[in-house]
Amino acid sequence: MNRAALFVLADGRFPAGGHAHSGGAEPAVAAGRIKDAASLEDFCRGRLHTAGLVAAGLAAASAAGHDPLELDEAADARTPVPALRTTARKLGRQMMRAARATWPSGELDALAAARPRGAHQPVVLGLAARSAGLAPLDAAYAAAYETVSGPATATVRLLSLDPFDATAVLARLAPDLDKTAAAAAAAAQRIPEDGTDALPAASAPLLDITAQQHAAWPVRLFAS
Amino acid sequence: MHLDHDLDETFPERHTYSAAPKGPDGTRRALRIGLGGPVGSGKTATVAALCRVLRDELSIAVVTNDIYTREDAEFLLREAVLPAERITAVETGACPHTAIRDDISANLEAVEDLEDALGPLDLVLVESGGDNLTATFSKGLVDAQIFVIDVAGGDDIPRKGGPGVTTADLLVVNKTDLAPYVGSDLEGMARDAKAQRGELPVAFTSLKNEGGVKPVADWVRERLTGWTAGPT
Repeated sequence: MNRAALFVLADGRFPAGGHAHSGGAEPAVAAGRIKDAASLEDFCRGRLHTAGLVAAGLAAASAAGHDPLELDEAADARTPVPALRTTARKLGRQMMRAARATWPSGELDALAAARPRGAHQPVVLGLAARSAGLAPLDAAYAAAYETVSGPATATVRLLSLDPFDATAVLARLAPDLDKTAAAAAAAAQRIPEDGTDALPAASAPLLDITAQQHAAWPVRLFAS
Repeated sequence: MHLDHDLDETFPERHTYSAAPKGPDGTRRALRIGLGGPVGSGKTATVAALCRVLRDELSIAVVTNDIYTREDAEFLLREAVLPAERITAVETGACPHTAIRDDISANLEAVEDLEDALGPLDLVLVESGGDNLTATFSKGLVDAQIFVIDVAGGDDIPRKGGPGVTTADLLVVNKTDLAPYVGSDLEGMARDAKAQRGELPVAFTSLKNEGGVKPVADWVRERLTGWTAGPT
């Protein structure tokens, strides 16, 4: 395996559509909940330990070779609002396109054929990591990091926040990222005994509610 | 040189996600033309005019890349230049050039969805959100690109050059009717464009006038003839 593949996969410039999404930051900025670096950090920490942990668990399980279709159903069960299901599948489809061109594999082809409109993004991300020869923990890191790097970049654009401050926020979250990725990978290891119920199912109701509202905004900078 | 060329044999489709001229069933896909250029230069108006002129002879669809609204798509719908199912909008997250150049996945999916829903098309127009002079389309997304500027944006733009002005397959200088009012020197613009672009074509248009889009429509027809006759 090439550990360096993780840099390619987790790079914010990996062409899988993430740049058009704020991870819930746009409605949070509009509501005044994110207004500076400190509140961005609170937002990101909350998202990491909820949506981030769930995504990381799914990605780790997928990277470990568990049935992606079953994981896709587990992802649906953990994504109560339609707007976020749509977003996750849209991003999953875009990730699939990039992954199949980057690390082609029969497993990616099979999932693409079974879910032509897109599987949940963390499931595809995990399978991309697997195709790249990465470990489940690596996939968990990539998924967890993405749930905070997306809102941080988006907030730089939305609030004209100092980019150095936003990057420092991400650096301060590093210990939490370690814990989240480790917990996610450990949960994925329990699947053989407990099934997909072993995967984290933490939820952030406010993220769900504002995502659904945001989907109906007539004017917005980000797709989600 | 591909170090992983063994993968190319196992997964021949890996290089064809973007713009392979033929689909898996051997049919030739639609010609994809991108329209880019600064805000307000007339990209949407050019798309609308092209649709009106070409829709009776060609099967057309349009993808718009609005920056923060659906206004461009809604303008085309309101003007009824094409039936609603032939127009789709992509959201670009405050970064229009990213969606047409660095990460083209959302636009590719929009194009493919249109082709899936409508059946074989002749022409897909992909309109960028208004951007700066460096914004160009990826070759993975379009087969040819038009860069639209206008005389009122300053007659020094062709001289300044930049990737859009210099490399676009067609440079359109729009709103020539305004030249006398804004003191723009059309001959100077043509001269500068020639210096920047060499043999690449330039079209001067005034979309306000009847038949104003003709030079662009003629260029599109020419490209389409070349595309249809292209290597099998």
